[in-house]
Amino acid sequence: MNNYLISSNLAISDNGFLFMSSTGETFTVNEIGKHILNEMKNRTDIEKIREKILEEYEVSEQILEKDLNDFLNQLNTYKLVEEI
Amino acid sequence: MNKKNYERPIITKQQSGFMNKFGASTLNLPKTEIDGVNVSDLANEYSSPLFVISEKKIRETQRNALRIFKTRYPKVQFAWSYKTNYLNAVCSVFHQEGSWAEVVSEFEYDRARKLGISGEHIFFNGPHKSDDSLTKAINDGAKIHIDHFDELYQIIELTNKLDKKANVAIRVNLDVGIYPKWDRFGFNYENGEAAQALKRISVTDKLNLIGLHMHIGTYMMSSEAYKIGVSKLVALANDLHQQNGTVLEYIDIGGGFPSNNTLKGQYLPAEQILPTLEQYADAITSSLFELKYPGNELPTLVLETGRALIDDAGSLISKVLATKRLSDGKRALIFDAGVNLLFTSFWYKHTISPAQQTGLYTENSKIFGPLCMNIDCLNENITLPTLKKNDLVVINRVGAYNMTQWMQFITLRPNVVMIMEDQSVELIREGEDLEYIMMKEKLPEKLKKL
Amino acid sequence: MKIAVTGINNVDNPGPGVPVIRGIRESGNFDGEIIGLIYDALEPGAYMDSIIDNSYIIPYPSGGLDLLFERIKYINEKENIDVIIPTLDAELFGFAKLESKLSELGIKTFLPSTEQLILRGKDKLAAFCEEHDILVPKNILATSQQDIYEISSKYNFPVVVKGIFYDAVIANNLDEVFAAFNSISTKWGLPIVIQEYISGEEYNVCTLGDGLGNTIGAVGMKKLYVTDKGKGWSGVTIDDPVLIDLAKKIMKEIKWKSGAELEFIKEKESNKYYLLEMNPRFPAWVYLTVAAGQNLPYSLVKLALGEEVKNFNKYEVGKIFIRYSWDLITDIKQFENISVNGEMNNE
Repeated sequence: MNNYLISSNLAISDNGFLFMSSTGETFTVNEIGKHILNEMKNRTDIEKIREKILEEYEVSEQILEKDLNDFLNQLNTYKLVEEI
Repeated sequence: MNKKNYERPIITKQQSGFMNKFGASTLNLPKTEIDGVNVSDLANEYSSPLFVISEKKIRETQRNALRIFKTRYPKVQFAWSYKTNYLNAVCSVFHQEGSWAEVVSEFEYDRARKLGISGEHIFFNGPHKSDDSLTKAINDGAKIHIDHFDELYQIIELTNKLDKKANVAIRVNLDVGIYPKWDRFGFNYENGEAAQALKRISVTDKLNLIGLHMHIGTYMMSSEAYKIGVSKLVALANDLHQQNGTVLEYIDIGGGFPSNNTLKGQYLPAEQILPTLEQYADAITSSLFELKYPGNELPTLVLETGRALIDDAGSLISKVLATKRLSDGKRALIFDAGVNLLFTSFWYKHTISPAQQTGLYTENSKIFGPLCMNIDCLNENITLPTLKKNDLVVINRVGAYNMTQWMQFITLRPNVVMIMEDQSVELIREGEDLEYIMMKEKLPEKLKKL
Repeated sequence: MKIAVTGINNVDNPGPGVPVIRGIRESGNFDGEIIGLIYDALEPGAYMDSIIDNSYIIPYPSGGLDLLFERIKYINEKENIDVIIPTLDAELFGFAKLESKLSELGIKTFLPSTEQLILRGKDKLAAFCEEHDILVPKNILATSQQDIYEISSKYNFPVVVKGIFYDAVIANNLDEVFAAFNSISTKWGLPIVIQEYISGEEYNVCTLGDGLGNTIGAVGMKKLYVTDKGKGWSGVTIDDPVLIDLAKKIMKEIKWKSGAELEFIKEKESNKYYLLEMNPRFPAWVYLTVAAGQNLPYSLVKLALGEEVKNFNKYEVGKIFIRYSWDLITDIKQFENISVNGEMNNE
């Protein structure tokens, strides 16, 4: 999986509220979305994040791959991340 | 160690005017059971998609409706509207509850007779009645509702030929202040056509004039319209009585009461704006009491209610085949049931309940059916919890018109089961197979060789 | 005592929630908390911490009654609400239907019945008024273009062509009526109301009925300034017993239960009042009634609680309201709370 760098302007609140200080846009994410974003903020590899989720959650590899790609695409569309 | 429940990661952008976490759509609390029977068990045993009909719900709804009218008017007779749902099991529940049959074609007439309904208990409506079907109806003593003058003369001719009397009523169309006016069926009241037809009938000794019939429209949201309509029928009946002393057996006010499904383009849900059945009953019976019949004679009030009695009792179980994202970023779900099975999705915003526990997060989604046709869209915009491949959903209130207007198009029609009052499950219509569909086809000899 | 109020969207076309709350707070008898019920995370009222204690997002009326009821049940478990005052048109049918279920939770309301709501609808009001000798502009309910030809036999041009929910256009001849009929019917559906145009000055009355035919209070107002959206931005209380008596007569005939706004036009030749519309809730200018000596919002609370309420017999004439906008400053944290949790605590 490709790796992404999360924008330094993105503030992630504990309750899943996102504030992009450079654009003023706000977002909400669900629990697992927040978890992924926080890991990305810590510069964890996407691959690592994927493995951790597989360990912790009741989900098949296939479904997770599809959902994770979809989520990263959304982040990319909203310009919250940059591909590296 | 137990793993945590998984919900797909979701991000939603906050947009002006859409900052309501409940979304703009209808309630979708999980519905894991129908009448106490587990939805996923049903799907496993009878496969998905699957129509499910609740015997209990039909009986409850019918009994409640009868009670509401009976407490306002002494003589009430329901007639089950076959076209709304003519599966034998469904009709039989209504007949066991005391309903007669209301049919609009020879096909439906034969169905009712085959179920053991006697001719006198059949109201024969509709603009198309063949000589054959009218002959049967006259011989069986069925109640024939005449739609137009050509039919009136057709019946006169047949009664002469058979040398038998026919029991008839006329269908009257009238202006009840609603749009659109249903003036394509029956004889018009305002221009005097109805009175003319009645006059013609009264001078024909082979015709027993026993009733008047109206049907002002479908999904009527105003009880006032019934009040006006019945009041006009009553005026006709009063005239008839004054002129020839005719006392009618019944006044049939047709159907048209809405169900609790919300129409597309209707902002507030049906439950909030529709009059209650009690209000319809008040409107109808108050006009009926304008009848000036001698003594305590009262005609029977006949109701051909369909939709309002069966819609809630039907559910459609469907499976999520795939989830995808459309070009504009919107979530799309593909169900294994489409417009081929759910004809009513063209005008209803059907509520959809997930059949398993879901996360709290919801997404605005567009729902497609399985057909490879662009029109196969069940809902343009519905807020649903996150669903994944193979999840089950229950599409609610589908009992009316779907199991009669469904299409054998691209794919086959599925099983229909009835959950009985004791929670046992009966297969009431087997899913179609290739053999059944091809049975009536004939392949010309020269086309057989490939 | 906790009172929950909707319609605290004090935007350029404000809901009546905030003025209703001001009335309750300034009654001098209210010692409790106000809960804001909102539909959007940015409804201004939710951020007005001087008058609203906590706010909760509730589902849109189109979301269905079950969802709305579940949400109110949840809020009630946390807040223990005594009275709910819905103030927006689209909510009223839903809350009216939930009345008994809310009462089982111990929540009181003071609402018109579904029948009354239907009766004051644009398509029904004229017939009702004619029955009770209340002047209304003549009107035709057109369900097809055919019906439009009736105009010439009934009244003169110009006429007002109205949608069943919103929209109104003045048409000077048949062609314009056809054009308006088509454009409005595609948007709002049928029927279309074609109303006689009455020329004269507009007057409004804010009133409260006890549901038995008695009018608790009624205050007459003339708009002084109207925005380009047609909303009154300032107005003055006026003294005209004829207007107030007429309002009381209407409230009596319809036995209105709850607050209402009556819109009249005073025909310039005859000087008679014609009822144009009846809005089934307090107007956004209801605070003017408080200032003029009739605290109608608080009276509604007392009625909901089943307390005795005395009729108001007079009010101060010449009181003016001037609406203004105000930039409230808050931290993104508040917006975050309401967006994510659907609720906000104003500490």
